[in-house]
Amino acid sequence: MPGKQVFTLDLNGRETEVFAPADATLLDVLRDNCALRAAKRGCNQGVCGACTVMIDDVPVRACLTMAGACGGRAIRTLEGYGDDPVMGRLQEAMNASGGVQCGFCTSGLLITARNLLAETPRPAQAEIRSALSGNLCRCTGYVRIVEAIASAAEEVAR
Amino acid sequence: MNAEFDPSVGTAVGRSTPKLENREKVTGRAEYIDDLYRPNMLHAAILGSPFAHARILSYDVSEALAAPGVVGVITGDDVPAGRMGAFIKDEHALAKGKVLYLGEPVAAVAAETLEQARAAVNLIRVEYQELPAVLSPEAGLAPDAPILHEALADYIKVFDAGSTGNLCSRTELTEGDVDAAWARCAVIVEGEFTTQAQAHVAMEPCGALAEMDAQGRVTLWSANQSVFRVQANVCESLQLPMSRLRSLTPRVGGGFGNKMEAHIQPLTVALAMKTGRPVKCVLTREEDFEIVRARHPFRIRMKTGADAEGRLIARECEVLLDCGAFADDSPGVMGYALLMSGGPYRIPNQRATGKLVYTNKLRFGAYRGFGNPQVSFASEQQIDEIAHKLSLDPVEMRRRNLLQAGDGWFVGPKVASNGLSACLDAVEKASAWGRGHEGKPGTRRAKGIALSAHISGLLGTGAIVRMLEDGTISLNTGATDIGQGSDTALAQICAETLKVPVEMVSVASPDTDGSPYNWGTTASRVTYTTGRAVAGAAGEVLRQAMGHAAEMLDVPIEDLELREGGRIAIRGSNTDLPFAAISGRAHWAKGGPIVGSHTLVFDEPTHDPKRAIALGLPFPRIGVFSFAATVVDVEIDEVTGQARVTEAWSAVDVGRAINPRLVDVQIEGGFIQGMGFALYEEMVWDGPKLANPSLLDYKVPTSADSPHVHSIIVEDPEPSGPFGAKGAGEIGLNPVPAAIANAVGAALGGVSHDLPLTAERLLSRIIEAEHAA
Repeated sequence: MPGKQVFTLDLNGRETEVFAPADATLLDVLRDNCALRAAKRGCNQGVCGACTVMIDDVPVRACLTMAGACGGRAIRTLEGYGDDPVMGRLQEAMNASGGVQCGFCTSGLLITARNLLAETPRPAQAEIRSALSGNLCRCTGYVRIVEAIASAAEEVAR
Repeated sequence: MNAEFDPSVGTAVGRSTPKLENREKVTGRAEYIDDLYRPNMLHAAILGSPFAHARILSYDVSEALAAPGVVGVITGDDVPAGRMGAFIKDEHALAKGKVLYLGEPVAAVAAETLEQARAAVNLIRVEYQELPAVLSPEAGLAPDAPILHEALADYIKVFDAGSTGNLCSRTELTEGDVDAAWARCAVIVEGEFTTQAQAHVAMEPCGALAEMDAQGRVTLWSANQSVFRVQANVCESLQLPMSRLRSLTPRVGGGFGNKMEAHIQPLTVALAMKTGRPVKCVLTREEDFEIVRARHPFRIRMKTGADAEGRLIARECEVLLDCGAFADDSPGVMGYALLMSGGPYRIPNQRATGKLVYTNKLRFGAYRGFGNPQVSFASEQQIDEIAHKLSLDPVEMRRRNLLQAGDGWFVGPKVASNGLSACLDAVEKASAWGRGHEGKPGTRRAKGIALSAHISGLLGTGAIVRMLEDGTISLNTGATDIGQGSDTALAQICAETLKVPVEMVSVASPDTDGSPYNWGTTASRVTYTTGRAVAGAAGEVLRQAMGHAAEMLDVPIEDLELREGGRIAIRGSNTDLPFAAISGRAHWAKGGPIVGSHTLVFDEPTHDPKRAIALGLPFPRIGVFSFAATVVDVEIDEVTGQARVTEAWSAVDVGRAINPRLVDVQIEGGFIQGMGFALYEEMVWDGPKLANPSLLDYKVPTSADSPHVHSIIVEDPEPSGPFGAKGAGEIGLNPVPAAIANAVGAALGGVSHDLPLTAERLLSRIIEAEHAA
């Protein structure tokens, strides 16, 4: 079993030191060491997207990212968006639309959606569907999620 | 459809209120089982069987116990001989004496860290004597087949199962005279159909956390669809008095049937009792595929006859189900599938028979639709086949045969509300049925239709409504909200009854210590059955409040009325009392705190012995009927054979939509799950081993694969339902494989005998048709 080591992470704008197994993934460290549990472990294989977080403005799978590879990079989880008005719009739209059911995919999906709006402020339905295709949702059938993101984008652009 | 601006909506019912717990979900603060931690908590890992069928000869756990961080190990020797099961009690907490499927838990380790537990589990030595395995129901019925459950005859069964050998149960239903009826048919169609195993893939894998206190009482949190079924299963298998186990639930990340009966709660409790420390066990995605449960593969032989005008005369259905290693909900699934095998039509002569056979595979069990999508796949295609032979439009063919309100369902249950005809009209119009669109060059395109009915009901449920000192309301039902929004819908029913805003109602989390019994979040039942209990309990609170108000205002109760905002007033007067004043009096001065409770069990018999013969019916009292019609537009690539649903319309009669948006999402989510089942989802076994237990190899629909689904709510109020409501949870899925198969039939010709409708299968049909031409 590998030994433990200290990782210094730039986490939601704060320098954070964690002591974790050398082979820990970013998802392990977020959930087990930092009590940041918005990112979920749905498959641990990089398929479901429930663990999506931002690293240096790129959405990544925390379950496939080694914690040791994150030094010096800005990590942002859903908990780090409290003061982001665009995320606020997305959250409100998801609440109102019916796009939240069991909620297990919601955190990762919001990160992906926030990134989409950063890249494409007024996405077409097909662009939304394409952008979300790496975030599995088993409850909603996606209709209301797509609707929520479209309506949040409109609100933001207004 | 959106009822937000419907003037007929009340204080709460009929409004698309956002779900009560949404804020915690959109901020990532909702806590699921893997988000829970207890002081001094251990982590567990499971050792799975390497054989599909074997005797366990001995265990050696010494090396594992000596490994770093390990605190406790359990094997079959550490669990009592108790057996659990919903219909047939055939399953231990952990394999004992024998293993019956590859991957079946045979031992488990609790250690300080998850890594330590996983490392130690591989140090457990188990000596087996391998036995020949039964890998299909046909093989299980062979005269010389190895027997899985040698003590089957001695197991406790809750119905007349007819179990023998590897036959877990059999059911036979007959109405009219099927054999004589064929002679009167102008058209008869007959075929064999198979459907595959589908994985639930709730986004949250199953997990449990158990802790024993100094008195030996256990508290158990787990991902579940019923804290009460968890309690019953753990206590039956570990032979504990139910009062010694408290079962709770955190937020649940989807269920679809997977979390209804036990998964790893019993072994987690056994580990906590063995170690004396809190133990958490959360399955990996692979384990969630391999050791929980899945949708039954069906083999169906169906025969249907109609007269020259297309009126259905007779239907015969014979099914063979793979049960897997344990009965679980299988007898119920088969019995229910047979009950639904005639579809929502008037068919005077019907016979439906089934056999459920133990095999050395993962148990199959409850999965949204509960056997109905499988029989609908056969039934609805035969309706189209007959229509085709008689040159009738499929919509017209169905319209001639619709079951009507007041009719009896197959073997007897009466149908009260019935919005089926309205559902059919709605999808016909919305989809512009009959007006085809040209497919893109290189594609074949067509529409398909299918109808469905589904019950909501079954078994016991209760509600407790309390008026707090300040006049606000506490609701406690014991129903687990698995994400579908039952907490919200039940709060709406409570708020409507008491004419208070929904925000004034708090919903207690299910807890076997404090909640009234609730069989579970299953059978599309919570809104209907628990809703009835909530309306009854809130009505009782109102009755008590009225009594107080009458004394306080010194008027007869008949002169009082309930007004919006939770006030009781003298009719035709401005004099009123807020709930706060009434509740204050009850708490501090007279009568005692206001508490209303109501319990019920669904007790309308399924079987009318004057009408039909029924043998081995697992559900003697079933429920009320919801109805649905679905149209799909399907495009098939001529080069690859890949079918794609480009658009879909689904109308569901839910009696009354308590929360229309939540109903929409049930329809849409059910559709996409049904589409995955129809087109590509399939658990594949390589001999005894599940070959694709991962999301890399088992595809579920993504947003990019999914069409826009037009959900249409039809409301034909159910007299016994709360505010007219009936269930919506499963029915949206049922007709989808059939509707897609009918579209494929219209595009390519012919019948789809086997699910899923993969590109490979459709391409060979295209090629065969070209060769034939």
